[in-house]
Amino acid sequence: MAEHAHKLEILRGLVKFKSNISKIWGVLILLTIVTTVEVVLGIYKPEVLMGSFLSMKLLNWIFIILTLVKAYYITWDFMHMRDETKWLRRFVVWTAVFLICYLIFILLQEGGYIESVYTNGHVKRDF
Amino acid sequence: MDSTVVPTGTEGKTWGGGNRPMNASYGKMMMWFFIVSDALTFSGFLAAYGFSRFKFIDSWPIADEVFTHVPFFHGNYPMIYVAFMTFVLIMSSVTMVLAVDAGHHMKKNKVIIYMFLTIIGGLIFVGSQAWEWATFIKGDYGAIQTKGGNILQFVDADGHRVAIKDFAANMPSTREVHKESNGIWFVEESVQPTYSMPEIIKGLETHPDILVRTQVLNENGQKTVLSRQESIQKIKNTGKVMVEGANLHVNEYGSPLFADFFFFITGFHGFHVFSGVVINIIIFFNVIIGTYERRKSYEMVEKVGLYWHFVDLVWVFVFTFFYLV
Repeated sequence: MAEHAHKLEILRGLVKFKSNISKIWGVLILLTIVTTVEVVLGIYKPEVLMGSFLSMKLLNWIFIILTLVKAYYITWDFMHMRDETKWLRRFVVWTAVFLICYLIFILLQEGGYIESVYTNGHVKRDF
Repeated sequence: MDSTVVPTGTEGKTWGGGNRPMNASYGKMMMWFFIVSDALTFSGFLAAYGFSRFKFIDSWPIADEVFTHVPFFHGNYPMIYVAFMTFVLIMSSVTMVLAVDAGHHMKKNKVIIYMFLTIIGGLIFVGSQAWEWATFIKGDYGAIQTKGGNILQFVDADGHRVAIKDFAANMPSTREVHKESNGIWFVEESVQPTYSMPEIIKGLETHPDILVRTQVLNENGQKTVLSRQESIQKIKNTGKVMVEGANLHVNEYGSPLFADFFFFITGFHGFHVFSGVVINIIIFFNVIIGTYERRKSYEMVEKVGLYWHFVDLVWVFVFTFFYLV
């Protein structure tokens, strides 16, 4: 297994590492920064970000996007997805993303509907 | 290939065997299949959590107020410990990639060191999770469950939480826990709450600065605090029993569903971490006795590595949806 060629660029070529090991540490630094930002935002909850955007708090959107960023780097660099063939990447990512989006849509839609029944209908649950 | 193999006439054709679709070995491909299906399982759980949360969007517990403890420290530190746990898991992922990388270069001793560090990281994480569970089960302030199954908590005039044991009156009671040995029917009841409803009502009446906080979130996303008059009314009219800590039936922090999902999802994830540690230990000993050195390939380390990173990946999502959002 000597033919392991690693792609050593992250952030679309903005940062290019000299070896695979330094790339690993670079990704660790990136993930640590993202996690720190999440924790700081979670503790202080800046007032500016508490506004609603697409029926969810702006802060929650930021958390979800940062999570997807972390997921991308864990999969691409730690799980070596960057070095796999294009179609291996696609069968994993497309399948998961499609099914998960479907699942989330259905369940959250229904949860919201039941909430509206509690709020607007005649179902009493606070007694 | 000698005489036991019958030529099929397809040698050299695409379907003649020996191909590696998408340039991945059989084992690695199967590990990816497993990871995709396991990812769907976890998504199902997290989406179900989202369903219940959207269903009770105006009364869901605020995670910052639930997970505020750090071992060996007193006080209120939301998220600090869980951030530490996240960092431990990411760090053990890093040592795992380093082990895989050392394996590619056939450096046995480095693989041993990095695998060992990965196992230690996994054990710290599982231990932390056990502590987190224990703290959650024990609870801290106590609350009242209403007849409708809702939770009422107590705060002082500044909005800080007040523990029931700090104000409840101590009244002598003849109520005893019913045991199998002293009844006609062979039934037992579980442990009774520390304080009875009359004791709590008495305590509330004698402490004029204590107010009741309901589960309902106001427009600022904070729990609604009732006025003094309403507080006493609410406890007297609807209060049923004191609740301490969280389990699968009741939860002093709010909706029991929150506790159910917490135990189920972090439990299922913790089980994955635990099995990951066990698999890592097996591979660790295989590395030590030189199995992969003789095989001239450390691909097995890479495959358990994939699983280990997947566990980390799931935690990133659990962290967001349980503790942040």
